[in-house]
Amino acid sequence: MGMGKQKLSSKQVHNSCSPKTTTTVWWYFLVSTCIKVLLFPSYHSTDFEVHRNWLALTHSLPLSQWYFDETSPWTLDYPPFFAYFECFLSFFASLVDPQMVHLQEGLNYSSNTVIYFQRVTVVLSDLSLLYGVYRLTRNMDSRKQKVIWSSVIWSPMLFIVDHVHFQYNGFLIGILLISLSYLEEGRDLLGGFVFAVLLCFKHLFAVAAPVYFVYLLRHYCWGGMIKGFSRLLIMGGAVAAVFAAAFGPFFYLGQIEQVIRRLFPFGRGLCHAYWAPNFWVFYIMSDKGLAFMLRKLGFDIKTPAASFTAGLVGDSSPFSVLPQISPIVTFIMVLLALSPCLLKAWKNPQPKMITRWIAYAYTCGFLFGWHVHEKASLHFVIPLAIVAAQTPEDARHYFLLSIVSCYSLFPLLFEAQEYPVKVLLLLLHTILMWSGFSAQFYDGAETARVLTSRTKKKIDQSGSKGSSSAGLKKGGFAIGWIDRNYLVGLVVVEVWGQFLHPLLLGDKLAFVPLMLISIYCSLGIMYSWIWQLRSVVNSV
Amino acid sequence: MDKGKKITDSETVIDDMDDNNCWWWLVQKGTAATFATIALFAFLVRVAVSLHPYSGAGNPPKFGDYEAQRHWMEITINLPIQEWYRNSTTNDLSYWGLDYPPLTAYQSFVHGIFLRFFHPNSVSLFTSRGHESYLGKLLMRWTVLSSDALIFFPAVLYFVVVYYNRSSRSRKSDLAWHTALLLLNPCLILIDHGHFQFNCISLGFTIGAVAAILSGKDLVACVLYCLSLNHKQMSAYFAPAFFSHLLGKCLRRKHPLLEVSKLGLYVLGTFAAVWWPYLYSTHSILEVLSRLAPFERGIFEDYVANFWCASSILIKWKRLLTTESLKLLSFTGTIIACLPSMVQQIKTPSNRGFLYGLLNSSFSFYLFSFQVHEKSILLPLLPASLLAMEEPSTFRWFMHFAMLSMFPLLCRDNLVVPYLALLALFTLIFYAPGQNRVRENNYFYYYLGASTTRLILSGSFILHIVYLTMHPPEKYPFLFEAVIMNVCFSQFVLVTLGSNIKQWMLNKPVKLEMEKKLI
Repeated sequence: MGMGKQKLSSKQVHNSCSPKTTTTVWWYFLVSTCIKVLLFPSYHSTDFEVHRNWLALTHSLPLSQWYFDETSPWTLDYPPFFAYFECFLSFFASLVDPQMVHLQEGLNYSSNTVIYFQRVTVVLSDLSLLYGVYRLTRNMDSRKQKVIWSSVIWSPMLFIVDHVHFQYNGFLIGILLISLSYLEEGRDLLGGFVFAVLLCFKHLFAVAAPVYFVYLLRHYCWGGMIKGFSRLLIMGGAVAAVFAAAFGPFFYLGQIEQVIRRLFPFGRGLCHAYWAPNFWVFYIMSDKGLAFMLRKLGFDIKTPAASFTAGLVGDSSPFSVLPQISPIVTFIMVLLALSPCLLKAWKNPQPKMITRWIAYAYTCGFLFGWHVHEKASLHFVIPLAIVAAQTPEDARHYFLLSIVSCYSLFPLLFEAQEYPVKVLLLLLHTILMWSGFSAQFYDGAETARVLTSRTKKKIDQSGSKGSSSAGLKKGGFAIGWIDRNYLVGLVVVEVWGQFLHPLLLGDKLAFVPLMLISIYCSLGIMYSWIWQLRSVVNSV
Repeated sequence: MDKGKKITDSETVIDDMDDNNCWWWLVQKGTAATFATIALFAFLVRVAVSLHPYSGAGNPPKFGDYEAQRHWMEITINLPIQEWYRNSTTNDLSYWGLDYPPLTAYQSFVHGIFLRFFHPNSVSLFTSRGHESYLGKLLMRWTVLSSDALIFFPAVLYFVVVYYNRSSRSRKSDLAWHTALLLLNPCLILIDHGHFQFNCISLGFTIGAVAAILSGKDLVACVLYCLSLNHKQMSAYFAPAFFSHLLGKCLRRKHPLLEVSKLGLYVLGTFAAVWWPYLYSTHSILEVLSRLAPFERGIFEDYVANFWCASSILIKWKRLLTTESLKLLSFTGTIIACLPSMVQQIKTPSNRGFLYGLLNSSFSFYLFSFQVHEKSILLPLLPASLLAMEEPSTFRWFMHFAMLSMFPLLCRDNLVVPYLALLALFTLIFYAPGQNRVRENNYFYYYLGASTTRLILSGSFILHIVYLTMHPPEKYPFLFEAVIMNVCFSQFVLVTLGSNIKQWMLNKPVKLEMEKKLI
């Protein structure tokens, strides 16, 4: 069974994690908690009311009506485990303030009590993130640990999405990290089990399911007819048990169709109101470009009825020249993009690669998926942080990717009050990563000495520029001139959108700043996808 | 910029390689990068605190300090400069009249223009009284944030660079730790960015002046200190220390009289420049001066942890004595309290002694002078934070009770959540992993013993909870405030006594060096 090996490894684990490591990781978490608490009164999106409504709904209605209730427009559209989670929270909510969990009277209720209560639940649920990242890093050397902790526990993206905008991503990604840590330790059964749990919390994580399937099949269930088959049964049984626990009650009530309809609302259109920076941005743009050119050439091209910038996308095709995209097409494209990774996982399933593969899978889902939210970039940026400290190349890629994807979240916080918060979070992340990676790949004091005087000035100027590429040859951390220029461009896009555009054009072409952010960030994400694809293909 | 790097490298590398040191990456890239990182973090904390309510939010008719500052902006941009301090039909001094020196008025003028540019309604004459709006709050918050970034942060950088260039034993991670403590002073952040005031400006000038003295630039120090004094008259708390240290230094030079007159000239010059618009007649000068000394407000207001308020439980000062005799009494008390430290500095001026002198003189004012506000604890707190490296545990102890002494005030402002968060953050930074600060050369542990300190500390935590959750008996509605204030007073007296003794101990340098080596 290989249980002996597993036990041994877990013993080693326990020996090596000194009490100091746990103290330090708690220190990181508590510092971030202080900032989270300070951010309590900041702006929160409609997601806040969504979750409040789910508290009320799960508290005051019987299970059989959870997926049917339409009192509020924010109907329950997460899988059952998340509903159970809300039901669990609503018990405490009813003790704190009964109005919070009242289905009708609680609508749009936003007293300080409800704000503080819900914010506190997010902060506490982040403990799963803490545990996940701790499990993944407890055997690493202490320098790597600190870089990883600071990029995961102090992730500016999580601050923006969870603690200002309001969601529970830290909690969910924490579960993903726990699953990955089991896989990396070789405890495949637990890894698969936890992933199944995660899927029943939020089904959007299913993008990585093919990779999980292939990997577990080859790494856990392969080898010998009887052993392999019995393991397949065990794994299948575990996953089935999780799904039964989640969906069983609704299956019993005969509501499974309604649940599925709620979970997969394909009527929503290819892109979100604000385009997530993915492949489809280019598709839309080339459609517009082609239509413009063809019109110039004298063809009769009709302007589509549905517009992308208006937000809501109906049934009619929003494209004037290029063919319409259906969910099936996006599904096939994601699978195609995944195939090199699946092939690798089939040929040589190794635990040390699994985090990269999963991150790659989420990148594919983000780039080619249907109705992708910009927040979904968290699903691959956080796992990539775990492997970022391995080589200078990884660090360089992660440095660029984390900045770009954090920047792409900026439109989420559109009010003036939070503007300095998001900018400072990103700058702080940039400078921490920069110093962290530099210290991590610090080879010989002399080279660094020469470089620091130059790089420091640059950092002071924009906070996001790099050093000369000379450092790369010496083995230190540095980013190349393309990356550097790209990051400078990011500053230009931001300055244009925030200051120059309103100043020069006023209210005209108000959609341009957002569109620029989408297009510019999607360039960065595309680059990251290609980089990851190459590293997946080239890995031995 | 990189003077801190000149320390013997082999030693620092070993020190900073310490596995659990959480500052290691900050210090790899030199002082500038370290400071930039910590400053960004500190600024983020300030921005986050500024999201919370300000004093007197939605509380007519007088509102609070926020309205006072906004009103000064309204007055200064709409009236001619001579009328700023004069009671008239357009300037009702009983409604938050200007009662700070001219530099505050100029600062209000500049900020008022900034507000008028983006949101004219928030500073229009008369009609803007009690103005409260989303944009108004945001702009007002930004005036404090920018003052902090432009004055306080550079001053701290100046101090840290000078201070850590001076002592050769310093480690880079010490610099990071000390910078973080200076920039993340929870009391200062809560009062400036929560309650709403501009202490960062006057305290920033003071830090600049201290740094200038430490680097031997006495004339620069004079100018900076005068600016601080002209922004808030409370900076006079530091006057005895500056005076005695500079005098002591001058007396040891070749031509003492010449040196003193040179300093005096700089002081007069700075004052003349700041007061220029009011120098046309004695009447106008007196007009401004009378605004700066509000003796009619009594020897203390509310509950403040100083001698007069604490002893008023037993002796009813306000009933027993007239304001005139109280004035004299408090003045004598203050002078007596700061005399020892002044004498020490005149006899043997030294940089370390100067820092202790600042603490002692500001404490003597806080404990004994006339009309002290609970926010004035920020002034003794400043030199204590400058001494954080020498007296870590005293500093933490003092910070804890300084926070407690402001707790009732911050509760009234609805700032309990940021209060707790910032106190936790301060403690976390103080005990950051990898700081091997076991040097407990602290008099608390000598005189009080570990168990007593723990008892007092847990008692103060209970006080927080009691104050938040319980109602005082109807007969004594301010019972909890009085208890808090007396606890704080007793601790402040301990800190003062200790730091006075410490300052005099400096005169025995040999013995001290021995102790240091042993530790």
